[in-house]
Amino acid sequence: MIECTEITKKYISGDTETVALAGVSFRIDAGEFVAIIGPSGSGKSTLMHIIGALDTPTSGRFLLEGQDVSHFDDDQLAELRNRKIGFVFQAFNLLPRANVIRNVCLPLLYGKVPPGRREELAREALIKTGLDEDSFFKRSNQLSGGQQQRVAIARALVTDPSLILADEPTGNLDSKTEKIVMQTFQQLHNEGRTIVLITHEAEIAEYAQRVITIRDGLIVEDRLNGHAARTGELSKGGIVPAAGEAEVSA
Amino acid sequence: MSFRDLLEQTFWFFSSNKVRSGLTMLGIIVGIGSVIAMISVGQGAQQSVQDRIQAIGSNLIIVMPGATRGGGGFFFSSGRGSAQTLTSADANAISSQVSGAANVAPELDTRKQVSAKGENTNTQIIGTIPAYTDVHNVSIDTGSFITDGENTSSGKVAVLGPSARDDLFGSGAAAVGQSIRIGTVQFKVIGVTQAKGGSGFNNPDDAIYIPLSSMQHFIMGGSYVSSIGVSASSQDNMDSVQQQINDLLLQRHKISNPALADFNIINQNDIVNTATSVTKTLTELLASIAGISLLVGGIGIMNMMLTTVTERTREIGLRKSVGAKKSDISLQFLSESVMLTFMGGAIGIVVGEFVSAIIANVIGQPTAFSLISVVSVFAVSALIGIVFGYYPARRAANLSPIVALRYE
Ligand SMILES: Nc1ncnc2c1ncn2[C@@H]1O[C@H](COP(=O)(O)OP(=O)(O)OP(=O)(O)O)[C@@H](O)[C@H]1O
Ligand SMILES: [Mg+2]
Repeated sequence: MIECTEITKKYISGDTETVALAGVSFRIDAGEFVAIIGPSGSGKSTLMHIIGALDTPTSGRFLLEGQDVSHFDDDQLAELRNRKIGFVFQAFNLLPRANVIRNVCLPLLYGKVPPGRREELAREALIKTGLDEDSFFKRSNQLSGGQQQRVAIARALVTDPSLILADEPTGNLDSKTEKIVMQTFQQLHNEGRTIVLITHEAEIAEYAQRVITIRDGLIVEDRLNGHAARTGELSKGGIVPAAGEAEVSA
Repeated sequence: MSFRDLLEQTFWFFSSNKVRSGLTMLGIIVGIGSVIAMISVGQGAQQSVQDRIQAIGSNLIIVMPGATRGGGGFFFSSGRGSAQTLTSADANAISSQVSGAANVAPELDTRKQVSAKGENTNTQIIGTIPAYTDVHNVSIDTGSFITDGENTSSGKVAVLGPSARDDLFGSGAAAVGQSIRIGTVQFKVIGVTQAKGGSGFNNPDDAIYIPLSSMQHFIMGGSYVSSIGVSASSQDNMDSVQQQINDLLLQRHKISNPALADFNIINQNDIVNTATSVTKTLTELLASIAGISLLVGGIGIMNMMLTTVTERTREIGLRKSVGAKKSDISLQFLSESVMLTFMGGAIGIVVGEFVSAIIANVIGQPTAFSLISVVSVFAVSALIGIVFGYYPARRAANLSPIVALRYE
C-alpha cells in the first residue's frame, strides 16, 4: 500500500536549513491501522504530507500502491489525492457557511461522480460516521466539535479512498467525543480500510494496530500494539536522534 | 470540475456572501450604468441633431452672402444676413443655369413682433417662394402654401408654422382665414405647416412664411435675399451642383479670385459632418468620464477578490487537498469575478437605460438605444471581470496546499 524508502525532507528558509525528515523507511500494508506518534516538531505532519501526496520528499522513494509519486506535478498529485486518499484534519477544515451535505460532497466535485449520485454517496458516508440525519442540512458552523469531525471523516470517506490519513483528529475534542471519533476510525478499520493516524498522545495511539514512533525526523520505534517492537526498521534510524531538527548553517 | 458545478459553486458563494457580493457588484452597476446612460444621451443628441439637419431639407445646398471666415460653418457664421450681396436674380440664374439643381428657393428672413387678436409673439419671418416647400421638406397641414401668383402680386398672405400658430391663436386653433399683424402690416393666414419637431433658435415650426416679394416690399425693403436654398437632384451630384453655383456666382458678381468671393456655399453633408463630429466628441467625453467609474468598479472587484483569496486560504488548501487542480481553483475565482461583473453589467445596462430615459424626459432630448453599445459594454464588463479577477485567481491557484492549510 505505502512504501517509504529513505525519505528525507528539508526546508530551506533564508540561510537556515531545517531537516524535518532525516531518512525514514517503512511499509504499510493494505488494511492496517497505523498510528504515528512523536513529540511536537518531530516531523509527523511532514511525513503525513508526503504519504498524503500533498508534498513530495526532498529525496528517497515513496510508492503509493506500487506507484512512485515522487516526481508527480501538482495536478497529478491533486488527482491522486482525489482518487486514493481521504484526509481528516485536526482543525476539521469544513466550509463554515456550507451545510453538512455540501461539505461532504466537496471531494466529489473534483472527481468523476455524476452530480445526481453525490448526495446519495454523502449520506452513505455520513451514516457510517454515525451523524444523526437531522444535522445533514445544518450549516457546519452550527455543529459541535465532535459532529464537525464526523462530517470531516465522512468527507474523507465519500470518495471511497484506499487510504485515510488523519492528523491529530482528536486534538480539538474533549475526551468523550475523542472516544466516539476513535471508535469511528476503529470501525472503518474493521471494514477493511487502511488508516494512518497521527497523534502525540499515547492513549490515542492505543486504538491502532501498529504504532510508529518518530523523533527528530527519524523512526525510533515501530511496534505492533501489545506486541514486541518490530526491530526491522529500527536498525536504520537508531534510538538516539542523529540529525533531527538540528539547524545547519549553509 | 464541470461548468455546471462551477456555476453552482459560484452562485452558492454569492448567496452565502450576499452583502459583500452585492456591494462589489454595485460598483460595476454604477460604472456600466453611467457609461450606458452617457452613451445613450450622447447618441440621442447626435441623432436629434442629425434629424434636425435632415429636416431642413434633402440634398440641400445653401448659398449665403458674406465671405467665409475661417470655415466657421453654418451655425457660427456671424455675418449671416448682414451682407447684402445675394439677390433674387442670383436665385433665378441658379435655377435656370445650374444642371442638377432640382429646386431653388431664395429667402429673406428677419425676426419681428407678430400679433393677432391681442396675442403677441416674436418670431422668425421667412419671405420665400413656393419652391421652398420642396427645398426644405415643408408640408402643409391645413390651407395652402404661398403661390407664384401671390408672389408676383406681393400678396399679404402668411403661412404659419404650428408653434407660431399656437402662440398666436392658441394650441391647435383654426387659424386659416384669420388676420395677423407683422410689424405694422396686416397679413391674412392662408395655411399652417405640419410640425417638424425641433426647438430653440431656427426652429422651423416657430416661423411665419410670406411671399418673398411681400417681404421685400413691406417689411425689409430692397431686392436682396438672406440666403438661397438649392436642392440637388441627387446626393451624388451635390458636389457638382455646388461647384456650378460657385462658378456661376463668381461670374455674375464679377469676382476673379475665388478667395474673395462675397458669398458662401455650404452643403448639408458638411453641416451633418460637423455637427456629428461635435456630438461624437461630446459622447466620447461623457462615456470616458463614466468609464472612470467603471474602472473604479473593476478595482473594487479586484480588491474584493484579493480579500477573499486571503480569507479563504484555508478553503483553498482544503479544496486542493481533496483533489482540486490549479485550474479548478483559478476557474473558481475567475468565475466569481466574471459572474459579478457580468451580472453587474446586465443590471447596469438596465439601470443605465432607465436613467437615460429619465434624462430624456427631463431635458426633453430623445436618447438612443444602441444595441452595439449595449453588447460591447456587456463584453467590456465581462472583460473587466477577467482582467481584475485574473491576478487574485492566479494567487489562489498557486497557493501550496500545505501552506494554505496551516494558514491562520
Ligand atoms: N513549511 C515549513 N518551512 C520550514 N520548516 C518547516 C515547515 N514545515 C515544517 N517545518 C519544520 O519541520 C519540522 C517538523 O515539523 P512538523 O510539522 O512535521 O512537526 P510535527 O511532528 O507535525 O509537530 P506537531 O506535533 O507540533 O504538529 C519542525 O522543526 C518544523 O519547524
Ligand atoms: Mg503536526
